[in-house]
Amino acid sequence: MPKQVRHDTKRKIEMATDVKTHPLIVSVSPHVRDEESIAKIMWTVNFALLPAFIMSVYYFGPRAVYVTGLCILTAVLSEHLFQKGLNRKITSTDGSAFLTGLLLGMNLPPAVPFYIPIAGSLVAVVITKMLFGGLGYNIFNPALVGRAFLLISWPKLMTIWSTPTAQFLAMDARTTATPLGILKEEGAVKLMEVFGDKASLYSQLLMGNRAGSLGETSAIALLIGAAILIYKRYITWHIPFSFLGTVAVAAWIFGGRGGLFTGDPVIHLLSGGLMLGAFFMATDYVTCPTIKKGQIIFGIGCGAITMLIRLKGGFPEGVMFAILLMNCFAPLIDRGVSPKMFGAVKKKEEKK
Amino acid sequence: MSKVATFERGIHPKYNKELSSGKSITPAKLPQRVVIPLSQHIGAPAKCEVKIGDEVKKGQVIGTPAGFVSSPVHSSISGKVIAIADFPTAVGRLVPSVVIESDGKDEAVAFKENPNYMNLGADEIKAAIKDAGIVGMGGAAFPTNVKLSPPKEKPIDTVILNGAECEPYLTADHRLMAERPKDVVEGLKIIMKSLGVNKGYIGIEENKPDAIAAIKSAASGESSIEVHTLEIKYPQGAEKMLIKAIKNREVPSKGLPMDVGVVVQNIGTAIAIYEAVRYGKPLIERVVTVTGRGIKEPRNMMVRVGTLLSDVIEQCGGLVEGAVKVISGGPMMGFAQWTLDVPVTKGTSGILVLSEEEYVSSEEYFACIRCGRCVDVCPMGLNPSMLSILIEKGHYEEAKDYNLYDCFECGSCAYVCPAKRPMVQFMRLAKSQVKP
Ligand code: SF4
Ligand code: SF4
Repeated sequence: MPKQVRHDTKRKIEMATDVKTHPLIVSVSPHVRDEESIAKIMWTVNFALLPAFIMSVYYFGPRAVYVTGLCILTAVLSEHLFQKGLNRKITSTDGSAFLTGLLLGMNLPPAVPFYIPIAGSLVAVVITKMLFGGLGYNIFNPALVGRAFLLISWPKLMTIWSTPTAQFLAMDARTTATPLGILKEEGAVKLMEVFGDKASLYSQLLMGNRAGSLGETSAIALLIGAAILIYKRYITWHIPFSFLGTVAVAAWIFGGRGGLFTGDPVIHLLSGGLMLGAFFMATDYVTCPTIKKGQIIFGIGCGAITMLIRLKGGFPEGVMFAILLMNCFAPLIDRGVSPKMFGAVKKKEEKK
Repeated sequence: MSKVATFERGIHPKYNKELSSGKSITPAKLPQRVVIPLSQHIGAPAKCEVKIGDEVKKGQVIGTPAGFVSSPVHSSISGKVIAIADFPTAVGRLVPSVVIESDGKDEAVAFKENPNYMNLGADEIKAAIKDAGIVGMGGAAFPTNVKLSPPKEKPIDTVILNGAECEPYLTADHRLMAERPKDVVEGLKIIMKSLGVNKGYIGIEENKPDAIAAIKSAASGESSIEVHTLEIKYPQGAEKMLIKAIKNREVPSKGLPMDVGVVVQNIGTAIAIYEAVRYGKPLIERVVTVTGRGIKEPRNMMVRVGTLLSDVIEQCGGLVEGAVKVISGGPMMGFAQWTLDVPVTKGTSGILVLSEEEYVSSEEYFACIRCGRCVDVCPMGLNPSMLSILIEKGHYEEAKDYNLYDCFECGSCAYVCPAKRPMVQFMRLAKSQVKP
């Protein structure tokens, strides 16, 4: 009865220490917060992948829905059960497991049997993310570890590339080589032959009408998603542009068969998992450096390793391993660079 | 238009100033009773000079400074001392305080007027400021006369008045500049005189066009005073950021404004200084913005020091249904209150009541996802993400290597953090564990 207490002269002095009945929240400043949240960011990234997903359905038919759906379902369910089983805070609805599933799905060839998505998702979520402590503590990009695991365990199945002809029973679909595969084995001239001329090669690559993983086919669809993320400032130019820039320069200098400076950077930029990797996977907050300067180093590293593998390595594609390798260095890079500190320069001049 | 001055990084929170920015300053009702803490400033608490039962008048000294960095305290009403004991203050500490019951007459002691105040010497000005118990009114409450007495090896060449008022919601300085621009300018001139400085600046954020216009016209005849328009950005009004914006000088790490020859004063303080030097009036009242969607009628009020928050809130129509948080000060750096029975002090710039809709819950927080948002906004150029991770693990010493002590707890990093991490709490925890 705070009102009465106040009129009671005897207790006047104690009034100031009287606990009122207002249910006031007490916490440390600041008392206002931005409305951004992990869930909001994650779901927006998922949304930004929608155009690419739609294109994958367009080219590979229900098969795309089936493979990606299995990945997502396994990812979300396994995170949920893991957290439930260990009595941890349940975060399976924050969109991050969904994103891991979606990204993994987009990294798979369309014709894989059902156990491939499931195995990949389990490795991605349980081993790469949850066993390291959950979102924020993982060192490697979960979807990429999932894919690397699959590629090493089932190298055959993971490299059956079907032609994009929208068939559910993809096992029967005609298989073919990816543009990068052709480029690696037979060179740009052959690639040009397969697609007709240069213009149609570029436009097919842009539109995604070519063999490849589900989500890496249409560069345009991926760029639309990337534009959304950049517009929302969820990602910045630092990683993708330094990544793509390095690839382009390296492809131009070293990519040609006829000697230095004869390579075709456009083919390299538009092929394989580069767009997907540069905009959606290298930019994964948890596994890239936090400081912008470091992000540029990270992007250049990714680009250099990608081209090293593409041109000299045993696989036609190197984006995945490049990002995974650079993931290891992200914490190191973060320690090596520091933001420009206020008042730091003068301190060195004047004191000590 | 001339370009607006600013600093690097920072954030753009919702300002919500329109709730109270158009409301003229009105005097609050004479309080029935005041609780006056003997320590409303940084430094040693004042020594109590009254006993229970004493009759006191408005403006009478009830506490004298105990040491160099200290400040006297005056009664803000006339009446009888009914208690002297420890009471909670808005910053959460228990502080020895004098409780005075009003006799309703509001009789004042005689103040020493000084019509020719511009002829006073620096020492006389500083003495008047000290005797009036003036402290920084922007929140930190550092004794002003001490700030105006820098050591000899730190020559001062510039005075900046801080009219940025970058804290969202608050409009006290805004109203003072719009309503009493002449007094602000006179205050600045007195400060410049006391420091022997002939360059004065007033920095005002762009969102207060009426204040900018008023101050500009009031200062139009003064060749030594420049008015600068500042970008609307938090924490534009932090001393170091303000000096960077206006003078493009960077206060060195762990340094003070005087290291770059600058003294920064708050708008309210400048007016208090003018009143003290011109009219001999001690600091016994101040403008408080009472605002937020949790309060029925937001207002800017002239409130006596020692008035309880509950009294002030009642005069503004009380709390609305669903008010969830009461804050003394602004939303970025103010203090959440658990009781409304704490007094307004010299440093209380606002009373902010947040309603449910304005309140973004931050009770539950997550692991750092290393998104880098905090790094991009920290005005000091620190790596709050790394700091928070180290502190969470208990590596306080290592946090020091990441310049923990350069953090001034502005809260920008916590504001943007999507994982809702209690960054400021982490910083304070670490600072309490390791020495600078
Ligand atoms: S803003 Fe929060 S989640 Fe992002 S890096 Fe900083 S502390 Fe981590
Ligand atoms: S609270 Fe400290 S670490 Fe965070 S933004 Fe402000 S100065 Fe930087």
